[in-house]
Amino acid sequence: MAGLELLSDQGYRLDGRKATELRKVQARMGVFAQADGSAYIEQGNTKALAVVYGPHEVRGSRSRTLNDRAVINCQYSMATFSTSERKRRPHGDRKSTEMSLHLKQTFEAAVLTNLYPRSQIDIYVKILQSDGGNYSAGVNAATLAVIDAGIPLRDYVCACTAGFVDETPLTDLCHAEESGGGTSLAMALLPRGGHIALLQMDARLHQDHLETLMEAAMTACKSISKVLDQVVRQHLQEVSALTGE
Amino acid sequence: MLKSKTFVKKTRSGGVMKIVREHYLRDDIWCGTEGCVECKQEETVLQKDVHIESNLCSFPHYLLPDTNVVLSQIDILEDPLIKNVIILQTVLQEVRHRSAPIYKRLKDILHDKEKHFYTFTNEHHRDTFIEREPGESANDRNDRAIRVSAKWYSDHLKKALSEEEIQIVLLTNDRGNKEKAVESGLLTYKCEEYVKSLIANPELVDRLALTDDDKNEITSSKVLFPEHLPLSRIQAGIKSGAFQQGTFRASRDNYLEATVFVHGEGDQSTEVLIQGLQNLNRSVHQDLVAVEILPQNQWVAPSSVVLQDEGPKEDDATEEVEAEKTLKSAAGGAESRKPTGRVVGIIKRNWRPFCGMLFLSQIKEATRHLFTPADRRIPRIRVETRQAATLAGQRIMVAIDGWPKHSRYPNGHFVRSLGCAGDKDTETEVLLLEHDVPHQDFSQTVLSFLPKMPWSITEEDMAVREDLRHLTVCSVDPPGCTDIDDALHCRDLPNGNQEVGVHIADVSHFIRPGNALDQEAANRGTTVYLTGKRIDMVPELLSSNLCSLRCNVERLAFSCIWEINDKAEIVKTRFTKSVINSKASLTYAEAQMRIDDTNMNDEITKSLRGLNSLAKILKRQRIEKGALTLSSPEVRFHIDSETHDPIDLQTKELKETNSMVEEFMLLANISVAQKIYDEFSECALLRKHPAPPPSNYDILNTAAKSKDLVIHTDTAKALADSLDAAQVDGFPYFNTLLRILATRCMMQAVYFCSGMDSDFHHYGLASPIYTHFTSPIRRYSDIIVHRLLAVAIGADSTYPDLMDKHKQSALCNNLNYRHKMAQYAQRASVAFHTQLFFKNRGIMNEEGFILFVRKNAIIILIPKFGMEGTVFFENKNKPSPKLTFNQEATTLTVEGHTFNMFDKVKVTISLDASNIQHQKIRMSLVEPVILGVSVAPSEDNQPKAKKAKLDG
Repeated sequence: MAGLELLSDQGYRLDGRKATELRKVQARMGVFAQADGSAYIEQGNTKALAVVYGPHEVRGSRSRTLNDRAVINCQYSMATFSTSERKRRPHGDRKSTEMSLHLKQTFEAAVLTNLYPRSQIDIYVKILQSDGGNYSAGVNAATLAVIDAGIPLRDYVCACTAGFVDETPLTDLCHAEESGGGTSLAMALLPRGGHIALLQMDARLHQDHLETLMEAAMTACKSISKVLDQVVRQHLQEVSALTGE
Repeated sequence: MLKSKTFVKKTRSGGVMKIVREHYLRDDIWCGTEGCVECKQEETVLQKDVHIESNLCSFPHYLLPDTNVVLSQIDILEDPLIKNVIILQTVLQEVRHRSAPIYKRLKDILHDKEKHFYTFTNEHHRDTFIEREPGESANDRNDRAIRVSAKWYSDHLKKALSEEEIQIVLLTNDRGNKEKAVESGLLTYKCEEYVKSLIANPELVDRLALTDDDKNEITSSKVLFPEHLPLSRIQAGIKSGAFQQGTFRASRDNYLEATVFVHGEGDQSTEVLIQGLQNLNRSVHQDLVAVEILPQNQWVAPSSVVLQDEGPKEDDATEEVEAEKTLKSAAGGAESRKPTGRVVGIIKRNWRPFCGMLFLSQIKEATRHLFTPADRRIPRIRVETRQAATLAGQRIMVAIDGWPKHSRYPNGHFVRSLGCAGDKDTETEVLLLEHDVPHQDFSQTVLSFLPKMPWSITEEDMAVREDLRHLTVCSVDPPGCTDIDDALHCRDLPNGNQEVGVHIADVSHFIRPGNALDQEAANRGTTVYLTGKRIDMVPELLSSNLCSLRCNVERLAFSCIWEINDKAEIVKTRFTKSVINSKASLTYAEAQMRIDDTNMNDEITKSLRGLNSLAKILKRQRIEKGALTLSSPEVRFHIDSETHDPIDLQTKELKETNSMVEEFMLLANISVAQKIYDEFSECALLRKHPAPPPSNYDILNTAAKSKDLVIHTDTAKALADSLDAAQVDGFPYFNTLLRILATRCMMQAVYFCSGMDSDFHHYGLASPIYTHFTSPIRRYSDIIVHRLLAVAIGADSTYPDLMDKHKQSALCNNLNYRHKMAQYAQRASVAFHTQLFFKNRGIMNEEGFILFVRKNAIIILIPKFGMEGTVFFENKNKPSPKLTFNQEATTLTVEGHTFNMFDKVKVTISLDASNIQHQKIRMSLVEPVILGVSVAPSEDNQPKAKKAKLDG
């Protein structure tokens, strides 16, 4: 048997989407009361939770304190039950350390850290169920959580993955598409200015294709930003209704 | 662009893993029907006016076949008559799982605009998606999905088409499915019923594959073969080591014998011998089979008898038993026994349509006939046809449908007719098909990528290219050559060195990567030269005009320029894209005449002389390094310009200038190989020639021993030296014969991608690295090498596939396959023309040499025609003479006369046309005279005079 046909001649992907269509996104803000900010997102079958504490005093060693801006501390982890095979995931394995670092870079670019000198912001991201695009779900959840915490951002940070099959860019890859070989490019974008906060790609891709692939990823990020914006507005309406304003 | 809100989780468990996938259902999948008012589609595939006349369905209708119909009746679907068919996604996916070749064919049909085949993505349509119910098997679910979709379609068409009513006809061969479909109010027919109902197209019925239902009527009930094991048992057996898996290769000479090539790990590939019909167990050449090795005491030696399956004796068991007996008695001594096995099951059939001829049944009204394939390794096939009378004497194509265990021959069906047998065009078509040579005319899409005429070199081209128009460049080629891809120049430099340039047609300028023209060329791989016909790799406009470096026109070239000192050492190498203007297109003979004629002293001649003297030094150096000079008899036909029949035949002569051109081409290839490998160590396309394993030299060694000579085969150098030393007094042709044998010991040279292999050595040329750069018009490998080199010197940009070593390695595999097939096709074409020649000539007497000695025959080479033939000493109708075969010394004693290898014999040659399909050259012995074996020389007046030539 040959491998999976990722893109049919009629232009449909494995799960029935077209090449540039995203998965169904559902999100909720303020899911935990104790944290300063929290959010939950579902992108298809990928489900992520993000929690934000801060800004607060720098804990632990004082030496990490920065005098001109806030320190951003990120921790990424995957639940033991997040994949089809239950696996113990110790803290600080290489994959999650790398992801933590990516998240940190992304949010350092987006949060207005200079407003909070000598303080710290903690962002915790947990993947509850994994079906491809863990990083982007994590970033999107974290954006909502940061907004929920009331921390000023330059813009929404929206992330999306894009792959390349049969000379066609596919956006928002699911697990089968990610593992089906080929490239996967993850992009975090500040959509309004079109600034790229993070761009990451492991597999090989010919430079001729990079342009189209980035183009597709950007469009996808922008669509995500629209969805996130709606979620934020709806949340605000609900909250303001509750407080009776 | 609506995304459906409802989504269904699809659970698929394989092993322990549970995979959850999203499954989106859409409401924007259209029906593809012309004139549909409900669907907002931009393009329609299915026509509004459906014209197909059928007894069963007199109304316009679309066909909707189920999976089994597609799998078994793909030939019917391919027929141009069948149009407007809906292929469901469910069907397409099932076909993809079940059979890759049929899937490929189905995709080809779907892409064909003329056929109006529409793929309906029913699995993602909101109304046609169904979930598997508890207790329902996957197959039943798919059948139901097909019925639901068919129902949806017929309802939809009723609503959506205002004026005309088009109905849906479901084709299924499954009885249960049909009943359920009829219940739900669908029009359903069996495929055969439907095809038979088509008016005015009775020949389509012949193309129907035989399905399970009527299989029993065509065969007797007697079980002839053991049952094949199911796949699960085979897999278990292979795992435990009880069975071996390998490719089945039938023997060309003996229909009761075959070998299975078992791919082991690393170098552990072995061959398993299979003997006897029962053990062969319905395997067909090239199938992937599972074999069981028999206990050692049942091992046999490969027989050296030649056995052909004679006549269509229906399931005649006695004949087989007898033939097998001869096989047994012919088996050699215990020491030559080989691992022997029997086929227990088929892992994968590798059937393709076969060319051949119909062998009419003796019963006049019979509709079942035996079909004899042109390839002797394929068994006869039983076909059912009503047009036997018209098909007799024609070459036809037949596909195998199956081989039940109680049938002596496989069952098949007629696919198409190629034309009259013996006709030159038909025969050429057959040999092209049999060797899988793509030979259709170039399609319009391919031609659309050709440059527009009139074409000329533009300013931009000139700006990026070196202007070498002032150089005295000339080309040297065989006479009548129109695709000139190389030209040379040579001039003295002020510092006493010489500048030599090899200019190669810049085909990669015209063929841009990835377009249809490029893909077509990549698929063809090579130009195929047949006798009197050329199948081009690129369209003629390029091959014979724009790329051909003809004289006195400006052409784009890719040049490799060296500075060479008088010891023929390279001082400097340079590659550049250039523009040249060749001053002369010479033939080998013309160039030779210019060099030899001391009165001529023009630029061209001087340049040629310079090249020639350098070439001689280069050649000497190469031979010192251990390059081999091998020999294979090549022939040339003189073709009558009117009738295109061969009128004379002669072996090709080699002149000094041939080797001059060759020397510089080798040099250019080696230089380029080095350059592209330095630049792209992972993805350079190179060519290697592996050293043959020592056992390959066995025949050469025994042959030399018979003349008390020793051939050293340890290294290429030793082999070259001992071949040079091997001379027998008074037998000048002996050395050539020995070289012919040495050629047969060699391995095939192959293309490969440098990132996928570590051994680059070219054994025959004694070069550590080699590639093909010099013939981009006729070889695709050279185009790739051109592109790599162009990137390396910054003259062109790269593209993704060029840098992908896996894609490149896949390309190499195709090129190797095409080259091999092209070679076989070439040989087959020469053989066919040799036959034509002898057909016109009648019987001739010739002298020849014994090349091999077999148990019941000797194989003779006729140097004059470069032709081989077999003299049999056994005859069906006559009692055989007394034969004694000595395996050690490879001699055969016939009635007291002993034949050794290399003995000179005299034979008569005639054309045996008794079997019109396999017309063959028959040779019979004239000298030495052996009573009851040899024949009297035929009355022939010419041969005497010619004989003197070949001894010289």
